[in-house]
Amino acid sequence: MRLEVDRERCVGAGMCVLTAPEVFAQDEEDGRVRLLDRDPAEIGDAVQLCPAAAITANA
Amino acid sequence: MTTSVPHLTELPLERPKGCPFDPPAELGTLRDEHPLVRLTFPDGHEGWLATGHTIARAVLADPRFSARQELMHSPLPGAAAMMEMPPAAPGMFIKMDDPEHGHYRKLLTGKFTVRRMRLLSERVEQVTTEYLDAMERQGTTADLVPAFAQPIPALMICELLGVPYEDHEFFRRNVMPLNLPDASAEEQGAAIDALGQYLYKLIVAKRAEPTDDILGELTTTELTDEELTSIAFLLLGAGLDTTANMLALGTFALLQHPDQLAALREDPELIDGAIEELLRYLTITHTGARTALEDVEIGGQLVKAGEAVALSAQAANRDPLKFPEPDRLDIRRNAAGHASFGHGVHQCLGQQLARVQMKVAFTGLLARFPKLRLAVPADEIPMRTDSDIYGVYALPVAWS
Ligand code: SF4
Repeated sequence: MRLEVDRERCVGAGMCVLTAPEVFAQDEEDGRVRLLDRDPAEIGDAVQLCPAAAITANA
Repeated sequence: MTTSVPHLTELPLERPKGCPFDPPAELGTLRDEHPLVRLTFPDGHEGWLATGHTIARAVLADPRFSARQELMHSPLPGAAAMMEMPPAAPGMFIKMDDPEHGHYRKLLTGKFTVRRMRLLSERVEQVTTEYLDAMERQGTTADLVPAFAQPIPALMICELLGVPYEDHEFFRRNVMPLNLPDASAEEQGAAIDALGQYLYKLIVAKRAEPTDDILGELTTTELTDEELTSIAFLLLGAGLDTTANMLALGTFALLQHPDQLAALREDPELIDGAIEELLRYLTITHTGARTALEDVEIGGQLVKAGEAVALSAQAANRDPLKFPEPDRLDIRRNAAGHASFGHGVHQCLGQQLARVQMKVAFTGLLARFPKLRLAVPADEIPMRTDSDIYGVYALPVAWS
């Protein structure tokens, strides 16, 4: 799948990092999401769990 | 659009006799038929109560619903519910909407990342070991609340923020009235003033001589003393009483579910899932509210501009459409997506800190005392039924 993250929406809750640590990281400075992998095979529930709807996955 | 929805004239706060972990049964009955019902708020406002998981999350994630303090109607009885509130003070970001909320939150999120919080594990372990040692030295029984559940999170939040731990009794005394709906407006006001003055002095001192901690670091940003005082207030208040109650009530719940406890003892790897499940099952912060900024159609109902929607995290977390057999504590289930840290842009900033502390503290406690048990019958445990944060006032345990 193809992932996009919206850093403006992200509130740094870290649910994505907890759910799929190989795919998501948090910026050291502002805690906002960074993508480690744009085309991962698996991200679990990360899209639904993100409280700010900052992650979009396209099949 | 349906119009005949039930109308609650007050929130059911009474928990059933018997299981101390179950929310009021009425919430569940309501939710299964009507995930959104009308509710008369304590101040007379006619608003709504969301009990379904989907709808509660939808309200929390929708920017048409506001968290602004001056628009608020509190769903909980007590002095605070009756007061007309002014707009939030500078820095009180949980009572603001974006962009103001986001402006403050972005200054803080970097300090509470998953990675940063995991780096704290070692320190949490040291602290946990110290308190477990002290319990052992003192004999074979203890009240787990003052001996373990309260001091560990209090010490950690103090260290992290850079607030002297020696003053924790003072904080506890002044944070408590804020969580007790029965406290009078005077008591709550006095507590807010006392905490505010203390923290303001601390911030001024840190500005003069910056320290290597979160508040110290924040004095080097553009935040004013007033803003920083509010932020310190929020972080300290949120960190003191919540995790403490999860540790004590969580231990109580595990002791009352011996099969779950045994499973966790046998396979400590289950701890991460067990924590999410305890967060869901216990839902210690049960209720919040938002106010519609415009007419919003949600769950087949029209919520009019200005109407408040109370959100029952308790009911949402026991929604069978989201969590099968929701009234069962099952540490192996996937409890992710519970509403205990909220949802939307206000979702708990300190949640990763809470997770790390629970993981280390529960693991340490169970490893140290393989025979841990209640020292009194379960129905003698004093429950915090009068507080905005659920828990126990004491938890006498024995381990010999
Ligand atoms: S879960 Fe969403 S809000 Fe939280 S850090 Fe990840 S992208 Fe940002």
